Amino acid sequence: MRITCPHCGARDAQEFTYLGAADPQRPDGMAATEAAMTEYVYLRDNPAGSHRELWYHGAGCHVWLVVTRDTHTHAIASVEAARARKAGAAA
Amino acid sequence: MRYSVFSLLAQALQGHKGWTPAWRDPAPKHEYDVVIIGGGGHGLATAHYLASRHGITNVAVLEKGYLGSGNVGRNTTIIRSNYLLPGNTPFYELSMKLWEGLEQDLNYNAMVSQRGVLNLFHSDAQRDAFARRGNAMRLAGVDAELLGSEQVRAMLPYLDYDNARFPIRGGLLQRRGGSARHDAVAWGYARAADSRGVDMIQNCEVTGITMAGGRAVGVETSRGPIRAKKIAMAVAGNSSRVAAMAGLRLPIETHVLQAFVSEGLKPLIDGVVTFGAGHFYISQSDKGGLVFGGDIDGYNSYAQRGNLPVIEDVMESAMALWPGLGRVRMLRHWGGVMDMSMDGSPIIDLTPIEGLYLNSGWCYGGFKATPASGFCFAHLIATGEPHPVASAYRLDRFVTGRLIDEKGAGAQPNLH
Amino acid sequence: MSGQPFRLASGGLVDRSRPLSFSFDGRSYRGFAGDTLASALLANGVRLVGRSFKYHRPRGILSAGPEEPNALVELRSGARREPNTRATVVELFEGLDAASQNRWPSLAFDLLSINGLLSPALVAGFYYKTFMWPAAFWEKLYEPLIRRAAGLGRAAGLEDPDHYEKAFAFCDVLVIGGGPAGLAAALAAGRSGARVILCDEDFRLGGRLLAERREIDGKPAAEWLAATLTELESLPEVRIMPRTTVFGLYDHGIYGAVERVGDHLPEPAPHQPRQRGWRIHAKRAILAAGALERPIVFPGNDTPGVMLAGAARTYVNRYGALPGREAVLFTAGDDGWATARDIAAAGGRIAAIVDARGDSDPARKALADKLGARLFAGGAVEGTRGGRHLSSVTIRDASGATTAVDCDLLAVSNGWNPTLHLTSHQNGKPAWDDGLQCFVPGTLPAGLSVAGSAAGRFTLVQALEDGARLGREAAADGGLTPAPLDPVPATDPETTGLQPVWRVKGAKGKAFVDYQNDVTDKDVELAAREGFRPVEHLKRYTTLGMATDQGKTSNLSGLAIMAEQTGRTIPQTGTTTFRPPYTPVAIGALAGHHRGKQFRPVRLAPTHDWSREQGAVFVEAGPWLRAQYYPRPGENDWQATVDREVKAVRASVGLCDVSTLGKIDIQGADAAEFLERVYINGWKALPVGKARYGLMLREDGFVMDDGTTSRLGEHHFLMTTTTANAGKVMQHLEFCHQVLWPELDVRMVSVSEQWAQASIAGPKARETLRGVVDHEHDISNEAFPYLAARAVTVGGGIPARLFRISFSGELAYELAVPAAYGDAMMRALMQAGQPFGITPYGTEALGVMRIEKGHVAGNELNGQTTARDLGLGKMMSSKKDYIGRLMAGRPALIERDRPSFVGFKPVDPSQRLRAGAHFIGIGKAAVMENDEGYMTSVAHSPHLNHWIGLGLIRNGAGRIGERVRAYDPVRNGDIVVEICSPVFVDPEGDRLHG
Repeated sequence: MRITCPHCGARDAQEFTYLGAADPQRPDGMAATEAAMTEYVYLRDNPAGSHRELWYHGAGCHVWLVVTRDTHTHAIASVEAARARKAGAAA
Repeated sequence: MRYSVFSLLAQALQGHKGWTPAWRDPAPKHEYDVVIIGGGGHGLATAHYLASRHGITNVAVLEKGYLGSGNVGRNTTIIRSNYLLPGNTPFYELSMKLWEGLEQDLNYNAMVSQRGVLNLFHSDAQRDAFARRGNAMRLAGVDAELLGSEQVRAMLPYLDYDNARFPIRGGLLQRRGGSARHDAVAWGYARAADSRGVDMIQNCEVTGITMAGGRAVGVETSRGPIRAKKIAMAVAGNSSRVAAMAGLRLPIETHVLQAFVSEGLKPLIDGVVTFGAGHFYISQSDKGGLVFGGDIDGYNSYAQRGNLPVIEDVMESAMALWPGLGRVRMLRHWGGVMDMSMDGSPIIDLTPIEGLYLNSGWCYGGFKATPASGFCFAHLIATGEPHPVASAYRLDRFVTGRLIDEKGAGAQPNLH
Repeated sequence: MSGQPFRLASGGLVDRSRPLSFSFDGRSYRGFAGDTLASALLANGVRLVGRSFKYHRPRGILSAGPEEPNALVELRSGARREPNTRATVVELFEGLDAASQNRWPSLAFDLLSINGLLSPALVAGFYYKTFMWPAAFWEKLYEPLIRRAAGLGRAAGLEDPDHYEKAFAFCDVLVIGGGPAGLAAALAAGRSGARVILCDEDFRLGGRLLAERREIDGKPAAEWLAATLTELESLPEVRIMPRTTVFGLYDHGIYGAVERVGDHLPEPAPHQPRQRGWRIHAKRAILAAGALERPIVFPGNDTPGVMLAGAARTYVNRYGALPGREAVLFTAGDDGWATARDIAAAGGRIAAIVDARGDSDPARKALADKLGARLFAGGAVEGTRGGRHLSSVTIRDASGATTAVDCDLLAVSNGWNPTLHLTSHQNGKPAWDDGLQCFVPGTLPAGLSVAGSAAGRFTLVQALEDGARLGREAAADGGLTPAPLDPVPATDPETTGLQPVWRVKGAKGKAFVDYQNDVTDKDVELAAREGFRPVEHLKRYTTLGMATDQGKTSNLSGLAIMAEQTGRTIPQTGTTTFRPPYTPVAIGALAGHHRGKQFRPVRLAPTHDWSREQGAVFVEAGPWLRAQYYPRPGENDWQATVDREVKAVRASVGLCDVSTLGKIDIQGADAAEFLERVYINGWKALPVGKARYGLMLREDGFVMDDGTTSRLGEHHFLMTTTTANAGKVMQHLEFCHQVLWPELDVRMVSVSEQWAQASIAGPKARETLRGVVDHEHDISNEAFPYLAARAVTVGGGIPARLFRISFSGELAYELAVPAAYGDAMMRALMQAGQPFGITPYGTEALGVMRIEKGHVAGNELNGQTTARDLGLGKMMSSKKDYIGRLMAGRPALIERDRPSFVGFKPVDPSQRLRAGAHFIGIGKAAVMENDEGYMTSVAHSPHLNHWIGLGLIRNGAGRIGERVRAYDPVRNGDIVVEICSPVFVDPEGDRLHG
């Protein structure tokens, strides 16, 4: 596979490290509940199809990316920096 | 029709015209006591043990493709019970005992062959970890031997002992480990279950789970609706998709694991060897092909195929371990999709939905578990209670923290 | 030495001026440059070349290409022996040495051919039905016999003496196959300025043009071929790669290929690899891989001398070798007739032509007459004779009467299958074309198009048309302006009439579907009878298509017979799909240089040379090589060395490299807040100039890593991690920042490689340091107390960082300097410490001292332990949120009975402890239920002069003084140990503060 890093351009997926689903949001702070945290840590949609997922460009710019990829075909629809996503959501 | 050398010779004399189908090809009935979703190894084994051990025969196995089309026909055929944690070891040891009597139980030669499984170690810390595991196995009544590098060299003279980046310091050997002929396991269970009246329904894809009053009462399929008192999922690789039909989310990601076979060769290696300084394991089939594999590709995938980085990594490890393999040719490689659970261990449990039973999360180790998985799942379905050796495989362990994390890799499936 | 009796006097592409000698099964022969092993054997009249897998039937050469199922040999000898090598693709070289395989004692007399007599019992799947009784006999008797009989060639086993390498290429257009379609495609793309890579598995480009007598533009095709190659070679962006097989298609336009760099030589050239594994990144690719001819299933179709008609033509036209003097043609279509024509033109006799088609086309009759051949229209071959060498065939004519015709060659033609393998590597299913009676590419993978025969467009003019069109399109897709489309050149006429014959029924004898695996039509029938009807069941039950040829010549016949048995059409029965690789690939080619010491990169500390000079023994620590201990003359076991090193540290001063620790520089206004969230303990109150021990959890509540982190400024921290987790922690911190809390003002960078770091430990550590640290820095106990951490200078102004931290429990410091000064630092410290007898020590002594002090390390931080388990629960802040806080509070993680961290000592001080031993209560049975925990780390303490251990045992802290068994059956160990404090040396910490 090849992933087009927004900073570094198209690179072999070997340069990146995969983490998993990008959508679960960590329940932050002292008010967070154990149930919410359990869900965040353990439960996954695991779709067969479009999947938003986190990749880390460890052999490149060290940026965490949200890659939208089809788990059936491996086709990549979009790549964005995870940081940008959160900033966008806050705004 | 009973299989034996006598029936084989009798048929040979009449041109093998008298053999009957290994299993019937029935149309699905409208209702069953138990519907098993998934005609892979675990589903078929579950059907066999439901019928043979619990007398429950009004059972259908629904398979979207052909019987055994999932991971039971795509794995590297290794059987072993060399586990560390008490949640696992007795379960896999039960599986090993069932393997040891499988041919007689099924009247089918699945070529269970206990030629040994040797895990190599390459550092003091790894030796300590393997000793810990070997001792745990011995405490659980499983055979285990810790070998030094000279003993390993005597067994496997071809490996790289003198120029290795990570020298071989020894190995943990389970002599009762080995391999089985994967397809034959599926076929043997299917035939045995069929002979007791279980219906094998091929080309029957489950498209929905029918709910009534908060409980699961049937399935929608590509061959029409089927009602059932109990619905059992044994669809590793696709567990999340089927569970989603009932509105459940699971602690599972689906990943692809690749496997490889070489051209047929005269005997080179007797048992199974795993490399401890990389992801690589190898054995040789009775037909002569070297069967080997490595790590999962590491990203969610339902594609049943992988990519070159892992392929090359596997070949590098092959050459690092055994530099004589350079001119041996890889004949085929393929991928299977597997349920990678969040702690690397399986789930055999009731679900929050009454009438729906779950067997999932086998990671890349489901094949060796096939007999015990079917045995324990059948027990759960028949009695409503987990079988004692599978009592750790509960869904609520992620809530309570009673995890079964053999590697200590944490809640990240691609590290298990 | 024989004289190539079947070599034609002239013609073909072999170089008669370059004779080569070679041997097969110990006999010497001669061939020519440009031969394959197969063509040279045929030229020498050698017909029997192998034995089949199961029945050990005599087999000859069936094909002239990569699909060969029969002619497999062991090529070369010794460590270079390559089993299962297809003689049809081996380029002849001087001194080539090949041997037949899977026979004993000889190819001509093979004892296991007795399996042929047993064959009535050895049908598909027979082994599933027997060998079950008695149960114990399987492993002891039956299976060893089967294993010995199975397999084909013998691998060398010895270390491969040749080298391999990996290479990467990027192109606009990858053309796979150098036949007419591929050449036309490469030319069209190349003329457009595209970066083109043209790969062909053959050593000579041209594909079928080399094997056929065809015309392009009214001239022999060879002229077009030569002109095309000349032009391609002149285009600077076109790279031609012969001897290169594109074996697989992977995601996003990545193609795997193997280039056989040195296989056509006796040994690879100096400094050259034998093979090179390529990853080719192509924006577009054109599959122009041609087609593979199909045999016919009829009794005796495996007798040596039965050959694919197209292959027979190849041997005649390309190699100038006559595969037989008396030929019979058995064809289902027009294409086979070309073989009869070409053999006759080369001087062979055509004894008979059996055209399975019933219609009697007068043109065919006329041609048969012209060739002097008897024509059997609507006939079939239903038997062969000859055993090891074909002597006659039995022909059944349209009326059903049979005739025996003497011959030494039976050329068989049943149409062609497109070589569409790569189109199905990404799960694409081929589509059945009823008109063509073959599978053609179905849905294509992104970026791939298919030209010529590979697309089922079998004529030469179609190949040229497709190539030119698709080559232009591919270039245009890459953003280039396509070159003008030249008119497609005219070719001589050809017809492709075909009515395939899937098998000849109604005759006796074995009719092979899969030659190599000895799968017959009866086996397919048996599979149908027993319910193994899905195509995958058929393959798996009968082993059809599972041999080294991957069913290239057999899959479709098997499918067709199954379709016939079950009353379905071929597409209803299934499709033939293909898994990579297209042809088998040497493991070495995909491993490249990654073997032996080069398996993985080695990381060396900046002080490595110094350690080596000091006589260090190094040990692998992940990717690092670290100094394990420093033996001195007279010390003949490592224990003595390590004891000395530990004693020297505790008595005076020692020096150890710790550069491999992970070091992460963290800065920003929110740096302290960030640390609060990733560590379990507090950081905001840490004063500038101080270090603190930190512990971080994974989000699931288990310990991830530990280390000291120092506050170098208000907004500046330096974190250290364990050596093993340096990369993992860096990634984790980046995750926490970028994904979880991008709003925090913090930046981090790994500086592990930028700083060399040494531990100076022992009562004389401060005095030693005084000789190195510049005098303006006060490092007295008062000015630089325990856990002080500050920038200093050394050696007259060299920037450095000094940390007063201790792993050994002694007065100790870690001094860090820019990596380039690492070596100098060690030498300066040695000099400064000389008056105190400063002693270099390695990771073993480091480990002994940390165990003596009860510090946790890798064996305890194994991903299965909690902070509480390790006795560090008190560090967990209750005032803040941090990674892992909530999950660490789950019931199972806080149970009192969890194994927790304590020390152990043998009750009998002479006894040795072993890490990995499990703890069992005294008097209790050694069973899993009584397992209370295990020993994590052990060491011999020179201080106490006995072994000491650390471990995890149920409710450990509450059981100090209790005795348990340390049970270690895998090493026959079972001793009594006493549970004690994990701190064995200086529990009050006086030395630390000294």
